[in-house]
Amino acid sequence: MGSFACVWNQMVRGTGVENIDPVLALIYLLIFPGVFFLFAFSLFTEYMDRKLYARIQRRVGPPFLQPFADLVKLASKEDIIPEKAEGFMFTAAPLFAVAAIFAAYLYLPIVTTTGLHSFNGDLVVVLYLLMIPTLAMFLGGWYSGNVFGQKGGMRVASLLFSYEIPFFLALLSPALVEGSWKMADIVSFQQAHPLALVVTVLGFGIAVVSLQGKLERLPFDIPEAETEIVAGPLVEYSGRRLALFRLARDAEMVVGAGLISVVFLGGPMPLLSLQPVYLSWALGGVIFLLKTLFVVLLLILIKSAVARIRTDQMISFAYKWLIPLTFVQIFIIIIIRYFGGI
Amino acid sequence: MARVKLPIGPQHPALKEPENFTITLDGERVVDVDIRIGYTHRGIEKLMESRTYTQNLYLVERICGICSYAHVVNFTQNVESVLGVQIPKRAEYIRTLVLELERLHSHFLWLGVAGHEIGFDTLFMYTWQDREVVQDLLELISGNRVNYAMNAIGGVRRDLSDDHRKKVLEGMDYLEKRTAYDKEVAINEKTILARAENVGILKPKIALKYSAVGPTVRASGVTMDIRKDDPYASYAEIPFDVITTDTCDVLGRIVVRVLEVFESIKIIRYLMEHLPAGDVVMKVPRKIPVGESISHTEAPRGEDIHYLRANGTERPDRYKVRTPTMANLPAIAEMLKGSYLADVPIVIAAIDPCMGCMDRVLLLKEGSETPGDIIPWDRLRAYGIKWYAERGWKI
Repeated sequence: MGSFACVWNQMVRGTGVENIDPVLALIYLLIFPGVFFLFAFSLFTEYMDRKLYARIQRRVGPPFLQPFADLVKLASKEDIIPEKAEGFMFTAAPLFAVAAIFAAYLYLPIVTTTGLHSFNGDLVVVLYLLMIPTLAMFLGGWYSGNVFGQKGGMRVASLLFSYEIPFFLALLSPALVEGSWKMADIVSFQQAHPLALVVTVLGFGIAVVSLQGKLERLPFDIPEAETEIVAGPLVEYSGRRLALFRLARDAEMVVGAGLISVVFLGGPMPLLSLQPVYLSWALGGVIFLLKTLFVVLLLILIKSAVARIRTDQMISFAYKWLIPLTFVQIFIIIIIRYFGGI
Repeated sequence: MARVKLPIGPQHPALKEPENFTITLDGERVVDVDIRIGYTHRGIEKLMESRTYTQNLYLVERICGICSYAHVVNFTQNVESVLGVQIPKRAEYIRTLVLELERLHSHFLWLGVAGHEIGFDTLFMYTWQDREVVQDLLELISGNRVNYAMNAIGGVRRDLSDDHRKKVLEGMDYLEKRTAYDKEVAINEKTILARAENVGILKPKIALKYSAVGPTVRASGVTMDIRKDDPYASYAEIPFDVITTDTCDVLGRIVVRVLEVFESIKIIRYLMEHLPAGDVVMKVPRKIPVGESISHTEAPRGEDIHYLRANGTERPDRYKVRTPTMANLPAIAEMLKGSYLADVPIVIAAIDPCMGCMDRVLLLKEGSETPGDIIPWDRLRAYGIKWYAERGWKI
């Protein structure tokens, strides 16, 4: 325990969480709001996604534990690696995807103004970590040796820039408002000036639409369009590797929605100081959770009201609408800052 | 990326029945399409020759799971024409009613499948829920949801009560409201327009050259509807319009089918309000005299042609079916060329293919044999074993 406390003290120096007990830190890392909570929350989000989507379509939908049951069942199934697949890349891709998402999650300020670790530029790091599952999908599909997988991998790669650019630009616009790349600063600033949230409403909309593309959900589920290329990059995956990819997808939805709720909706704000410390953690966590679920709800509503568009249509949509609108957002911020509005 | 050959089928999520479309792709563009049929051939025509006419009534119905009744009507019309009998008026009206109910459920089904092919599952769920109303009405009238077993040679097997009439009219009121909503969604939703407009173009000239039929050809601006051109059952007495559009694309095929739903509702209302009194079936002999007959009906998917040659016994001498999908299939290759890979499922689905009804036997030829040779079973078997052995697979 002593060495852990030492490492912990090294890690948290200058981040504002130095006063936290190492045992609480371990709880933070592994249970709440760490790995276990992300795991449970991801499955809950999948449940909510499936259930609400079903109710909108006037179906009954799955029972509460269905996503967990699916995961367990998939994990217990045979794991087949095709002869034509490039063994290492094919098997490693799902691990990269899950690891990157879980790492990104730890930087999110969920219960206080900081995540587990906070430094200037952590917003950019989270954005890059969120891109890794997409690349893992591309590599997994490309090295699967299946023509549908390769076609899906190609589509993943060719669509990357159409949502990544507006997503980056939109998420960096609140950073412009505050003048810092640090999520802790952004949240504290929003805590102090709640009205600043109104300035980035446009950016919020763009970020939600781009996140839909990032998660490959309707209308942007082109890479795994079932009726066209079966399951795209995932076509040769089975058993626990498929389960890992699905878990990565669910966790990506949570982290992506969480990131948007932190940057545009103030994350765990309004923060109250309660004693003992875990009470205020719990409150911050609940507020963060509700805001994240609100973003997820928007994602579900988009999914249920549209048809899938084509690759060329998605690229032209991104370059004709999303990217110009992010420039409008940035322009608005610059003007307001110039006239000293913020 | 070099040209890729992508097999769509025989097993593929876009196809509800096994058929093979080998697509040659240049990037995302379709360069060439190779259609191969023959995966679900069932030998129904041959089987019919060994069964009596009464047994065949129920066999013919199983040609198609969706437009089953169009086939039975064709069969009974053929037999009645050889017999030279005129069935009671009330029976004709009831046949027309079931035909139109069948068109309703087929079009709802298609609209849902079309939505599913472009990833719009919400539309799929909505239309299939509305379709249940039609299915319930069909069950009420005939006792069955799919294969209605409604026809007898010389009429229909079940009469329609006043209660049935009332329920059918109530159902039509509900459906009219629901379809108005579905129409708004299908014709105005931006993402559907993006996927359906200017996709799968089929010009009228080419449509006629490939002898396309039904909603496919009507969406290309050609007025062709057997119900108007050569009326059968009681269509000659019923006022209705033939729906056409001249957009020649998938959107046109959606619009034609949605508007046809409204026409069908109109026809059913007319039928229910003008239903004549009288018998619904007449007595006919079991042996059918020597003669031949051809009958065609406008099935939900297009013109369905049946041919019968009777030889004076209880069993037909030859029976031949040409389903609408068979006529529409060659046009698919034309519609797909130059489109995107993403358009392939919806373009194939836009003709409302019914592979099981359409399938034909293929004459298999060995490489060294002269073309047209038919291989006997034992040699085909040996050839199959060799084919697998060459590829290192044990059977």
